[in-house]
Amino acid sequence: MQTDRLIAALAADANTTPRRIGPMLALALLAALPVSVALFMSILGMRPDMRTAMHNPFFDLKFMVTLALAFAAIVVSLHLARPETSFDRWGWLLVLPVVIIAVGIAAEMTMPHQRPWLSRLIGNNAMACMASIPLFALPFLAAALLALRRGAPANPTLAGMTAGLLAAGLGATLYASHCADDSPLFVMVWYSLATAFVAAVGAIAGRRVLRY
Amino acid sequence: MRGRDEEWTGLMRAANAGDAAAYRRLLEAVAPVLRAATYRGLARAGQPVDQSEDIVQEILLAVHLKRQTWDATAPFAPWLFAIARNKLIDALRRRGRRVFVNIDDFAETMAAPATGDTLSPGEVAAHLDGLPARQRDVLKSVAVESASIKETATRLAMTEGAVRVALHRGLASLASKLREP
Repeated sequence: MQTDRLIAALAADANTTPRRIGPMLALALLAALPVSVALFMSILGMRPDMRTAMHNPFFDLKFMVTLALAFAAIVVSLHLARPETSFDRWGWLLVLPVVIIAVGIAAEMTMPHQRPWLSRLIGNNAMACMASIPLFALPFLAAALLALRRGAPANPTLAGMTAGLLAAGLGATLYASHCADDSPLFVMVWYSLATAFVAAVGAIAGRRVLRY
Repeated sequence: MRGRDEEWTGLMRAANAGDAAAYRRLLEAVAPVLRAATYRGLARAGQPVDQSEDIVQEILLAVHLKRQTWDATAPFAPWLFAIARNKLIDALRRRGRRVFVNIDDFAETMAAPATGDTLSPGEVAAHLDGLPARQRDVLKSVAVESASIKETATRLAMTEGAVRVALHRGLASLASKLREP
């Protein structure tokens, strides 16, 4: 086929402008939300002392961390979906949740405690946390990858990893409302491990499905 | 360079606003530049340069199918060259070469030899036959026999809408077939 003929065919198809990625990602995540919430409610559900827990600043801090991760990763994902952007330029946004948790740990250290720091770090729900966050993240990850397939990432592995981070942030937000371990030390260790796992799954999947 | 970049950006904005003629002019303007840069990239990697037209066509397809990722407030050229570089690296990898392609290969390309069409690009054409019948017939009619959408619709006894859908799907399936190793 001659190139000028191909160009003619492309021009004939000019009016089917593909949809933009931002709205598609928003739609996909909205569609995944009821699936993850249903999984969450049927397996765990919110913690019974939700009302009193809401007065505990460290309970609220968990949501700040997980939502900061989700929003930062959504922004970075949308940038990485373009061919000419690089992770170096936008990746620093992902430091945001790390900063929040560091501030939380410092704040908790200054408070008087009945439990030693190691027992707060190990908590009571480590295994449940590590299993639940990936499970609730999975629908979000699938949805995000599906939407990001419309993109043209320079590095599909990194784009997939970032999709994993956003899914983990959303999945962890659900889990945080069940978990009774509110110490930022617990969040730093176990939430991070679960997040790293989801990010790795996203990277492996992204490498395959986000190539253009 | 700057004049050229501004012209491309203007054409792409017009294309996004629905001007198919501007879109065609844009693709015709970038093809020779892509051809020269691809030719040079292949030569530098020690690969036969007669594949350059295949890669140019692959780049054009990607540009077409991913044009929604271009930010209309940004210049068009860096976006175009990022796609071109990605496709060239991909093509070299498929041929078993791991090569670093410098973006300057694209950004600094001025010469635009028109020799490309005398080469025999076969990869896209070879994949045509693997498409579903309807997509193949429409693509052959529009791209190989240069028929318009209207003529194609009459010839294949389809509605114009159905021709457009088959054309778009055909282009998308071509791109995904080219991506396979």
